[in-house]
Amino acid sequence: MAEEVKVFGRWTSPFCCRVEIALRLKGVPYEYIEEDLSNKSPLLLEYNPVHKKVPVLVHGGKPIAESLVVLEYIEETWRRNPILPEDPHRRAMARFWTKFIDEKCMPIMWKSLWSEGEMQLKLMEETKENLSILERELNSKKFFGGNSIGLVDIAASFLSCWTEVLQEVAGISLFGEAKHPILFKWANEFMSSDAVKVCLPPKDELLSHFRAMKEGMSATKAGQN
Amino acid sequence: MEVKLFGAWPSPFVCRVEWALKIKGIKYEYIEEDLYNKSSSLLKYSPINKQVPVLLHDGRPIIESMVIIEYIDDTWKQNPILPTDPYRRAMARFWAQYVEDKFYESVKRAFFTEGEEQKVAVELAVEALKPLDQELKGKKFFGGEEIGFVDLVAGWIAHWLGVVEEVLCIKVVDPENFPSLCAWMKNFVEVPVIKENLPARDQMPGFYRMLRQSGLASCDGKQQS
Repeated sequence: MAEEVKVFGRWTSPFCCRVEIALRLKGVPYEYIEEDLSNKSPLLLEYNPVHKKVPVLVHGGKPIAESLVVLEYIEETWRRNPILPEDPHRRAMARFWTKFIDEKCMPIMWKSLWSEGEMQLKLMEETKENLSILERELNSKKFFGGNSIGLVDIAASFLSCWTEVLQEVAGISLFGEAKHPILFKWANEFMSSDAVKVCLPPKDELLSHFRAMKEGMSATKAGQN
Repeated sequence: MEVKLFGAWPSPFVCRVEWALKIKGIKYEYIEEDLYNKSSSLLKYSPINKQVPVLLHDGRPIIESMVIIEYIDDTWKQNPILPTDPYRRAMARFWAQYVEDKFYESVKRAFFTEGEEQKVAVELAVEALKPLDQELKGKKFFGGEEIGFVDLVAGWIAHWLGVVEEVLCIKVVDPENFPSLCAWMKNFVEVPVIKENLPARDQMPGFYRMLRQSGLASCDGKQQS
């Protein structure tokens, strides 16, 4: 009998979304547990005592944390619909691009959305350059993984609804059809694929969530001045 | 099947790749790079990061040290570096990422800053060691009886951290607070493949002092690895 799979997550998190997409792509049934990050459950703290974060995948009672580590675990445990190529060099390239997205693209874009003035302009330029680099890698492929969604596509899921929502909240333009047509087309293909669309949070609710976060940050700043 | 490695003698990232190659008994040509005057080959093979190490296998480049080690493990099956069981592989990847994200990043920050910012970074680094020390309890190495993926990634702690402590006049690894980690450090550098492949300790402080000065002098403290 198959062992039970649970995902501890937060609906607003693109990192949690990655895990759900991978499980859906592989047709793995799982139970989803929504966490309130301002009031973390004892189970979450028991399963991820080091980082105390989501997502956490629990398989047969054994927890795995950190979304990219979870993705590799999912790939190695459930072999159908692979998200990594067989060839070691192509696997290495996929891991490289995944790291590029996780360690450069995402954090710099995130910072650019929440910063101001000169710093914001600098970070915006860097973000646009990173997105151009991703575009050149995508080139004429349907997905980073080729004809089907792979590890890199899943890692880049934040470029779907999150980027759209956060740009609107921050009032800046970083990523759009005019500036990055290839990547924009990819985002639409990605978002409309069956396994992905069921995992994405509703756009209007995400917008409300991040608007409230921004208002909260502005209020804190005003209170500090 | 030609293997080349672009490296720089003081780099712990290069060293970990060399350790992996030597564990597997792979013959390779080593090309020393001057980090202050990078070769056109390096810039061609690593156009985005422009950093060492770069592994070249049959003319195809692989970049990012942890990605390279996984590539080596995927390609040459003798003397495995990662375990075969998916859950144990996930744990190895988790701890390797932890060492990089939590401990290394704090030490890097301490290295390229001064005053209060440095003090905070050192405190964060010491704090980050606690789970690592805990993880080592009852084990000779992170990999168990033999060194594995986490040991290679964390290996810089056993030889380079002392240099950082010397250059910054700080103490991060206190034997009283981190007994398991200190025992691991001693055991790690005694492993023959490691012992025979460490940069000369007496030449390191000079190099790292210069690196710190150039980092502090540049406006936003951009570092080279």
